[in-house]
Amino acid sequence: MSDVAAIELPRTFEEFNEQRRQSFLKVKEFKQAGGRLVGYLCSYTPLEVIDAAGASGVGLCGTSDEVIPAAEEVLPANLCPLIKSTYGFAYSQKCPFTHFSDLIVGETTCDGKKKMYELLNELKPTYVLHLPQSRSRSHEREGWYQEVVGLKEALERLYGIQITDDALREAARLRNRLRRAILALYDLQRSVPPAMSGVELMSTMFAGTFNFDVRAYVESLERLCEKRRAEAAAAGSPISAGAKRILITGCPVGGVINKVGATIEHNGGVVVCEDDCSGERTNRFMVDEDAPDILRAIADRYLQINCSVMTPNDDRFAATLEMAEKYQVDGVIECVLTACHTFNVESARVERAVEGAGIPYMKVETDYSAGDLGQLETRIAAFIETL
Amino acid sequence: MGENNVPSGRLGIGVDIGSTATKVAVVGADGSLVHAEVMPTGFSSVDAAERARAALEAWRGDRHFCTLDARVVATGYGRVAVPYADKVVTEITCHGRGAARLFGPDGTVIDVGGQDTKVIRLRGGRVFKFVMNDKCAAGTGRFLEIMADRLGVGHDELSALARAGEPTQITSMCTVFAESEVISLVGRGEPRPNIARGVIESVVGRVATLAATAGGAAPYYLTGGLCDNEYVVERLGEKLGAPVTTRPEARYAGALGAALMALELE
Ligand code: SF4
Ligand code: SF4
Repeated sequence: MSDVAAIELPRTFEEFNEQRRQSFLKVKEFKQAGGRLVGYLCSYTPLEVIDAAGASGVGLCGTSDEVIPAAEEVLPANLCPLIKSTYGFAYSQKCPFTHFSDLIVGETTCDGKKKMYELLNELKPTYVLHLPQSRSRSHEREGWYQEVVGLKEALERLYGIQITDDALREAARLRNRLRRAILALYDLQRSVPPAMSGVELMSTMFAGTFNFDVRAYVESLERLCEKRRAEAAAAGSPISAGAKRILITGCPVGGVINKVGATIEHNGGVVVCEDDCSGERTNRFMVDEDAPDILRAIADRYLQINCSVMTPNDDRFAATLEMAEKYQVDGVIECVLTACHTFNVESARVERAVEGAGIPYMKVETDYSAGDLGQLETRIAAFIETL
Repeated sequence: MGENNVPSGRLGIGVDIGSTATKVAVVGADGSLVHAEVMPTGFSSVDAAERARAALEAWRGDRHFCTLDARVVATGYGRVAVPYADKVVTEITCHGRGAARLFGPDGTVIDVGGQDTKVIRLRGGRVFKFVMNDKCAAGTGRFLEIMADRLGVGHDELSALARAGEPTQITSMCTVFAESEVISLVGRGEPRPNIARGVIESVVGRVATLAATAGGAAPYYLTGGLCDNEYVVERLGEKLGAPVTTRPEARYAGALGAALMALELE
């Protein structure tokens, strides 16, 4: 079983710092004990299928600029930092999860990622699901279902197992519970002031993508939610009542939490809603756990996700406005990662929709480097001053 | 400007440390501009802040700056380097505030700075939308400077030259590439007035595009270092399809706005 991938440390292991060495050893141990590891990148990845294969799904989206120079030995420089960083971690063997994954699952989302997978596949076996361009046509829905079936079969072959409907249903129940736990945490941000800082909440969610054990993660989130709820009720919120309530939308923000998120929060704002693909935008969709065809229900759930790689993607605007109202936001900041065409182009329509609803909107384009911190600070501080 | 009579009563002081120029403005208790001056920022914002303080003391005629009944708001890219500031406010808000005072409460303010260009939309005297170009020098004062240098003329001469020229297309957006484009145009014997005209058209075109991105609408006001450049003002008006108003004090819009905000501090 564990022979699907060699359990060897990278050649450069000795050069790593202590923390990185520890995480490599931890993941190695997990693998040696027979653990199965499947890496994924995108919110469209049907995680229930990975869970039902008895594997741990780990998010491999690169969020650091550390490995970007290495990535640029192969990839063009004017590419989204998320793509470069993801590839860079595989290329430089610096991410234990990437390194020890039995398989990486990708999707045909944006052009950059789609083509990067071909190169990634040279380093690690990569299985690419063909995601349709929209959800509006029936053959696209059917095609996507077939893709999910294909992934299930690929995992069955890889591990020499059968993935049963029962296992899928159980996985769907647990994943739904996780989604509800996440939504409950978000819900705490609806109060004025919100229960906690958005940076804390975003970091918690982001850390969750490295969790091997879904059940333990769900339980920890449920506990955190109770704790924060009780604290806010007893001692009040640590956030100032006058903080401007910001909804952050656009590209995945995992790599810029401490850049964009923190800048918002030390300039008089607070992030009350994360409308990106690891935030509420995505977690609000549940799998119909009791559907007769559970695999189809799983496939259908994922296709509802409102990412800018879809065309048209009008549902996103309505969802954003709904969240803006629900969280009583004062302003919307759209965060576009450098060279992300889909979100950048779509931003013109988001701007219109948001401003049309009478809510101030600003777009910032940034990457993972610290080079534009000063400019970002001015923009964000000025935006908050206008609210 | 430098009337040497310090008015009695509360003063508001604005210190705007921009990337190339540092501007200081002082307003009296009634909000009228009583003093303004500009000095180069130089290498260090901290030094520029000190020089601004020295200039204020010289204006006041003694060395007891801190005994003035005044509040100070710092703005501009070096705003955090002003230790004697009571408050720090971004240049967007300050420019909006200053421009509203100089021109009126509604309209589109275009600020062409040394290293960035901002378009600020005002409604009821408040900023409600803005866009900034600060990632590259195209469409900024720096671009004009570099190109004037390349053509071997001063900043003012560039405009005079351009007036006489037919526009040559400068197609590169990037200043470095545009510079080599200008060099090769010179090499090919393109008359200098035409190149000068092309350079100005390029800046004006970029600025107009930025204004459109912000959804800018007339009336347009120009602030910043280029407001005494009549030809640029004229060409910009033509590109935008509406006249652009400016006045000499508009150069101090950011510092003026900061001074007005300082007046409101406790
Ligand atoms: S932004 Fe879209 S393409 Fe990128 S990870 Fe999220 S869902 Fe996938
Ligand atoms: S942020 Fe945009 S460009 Fe980057 S991977 Fe996601 S969809 Fe692609």
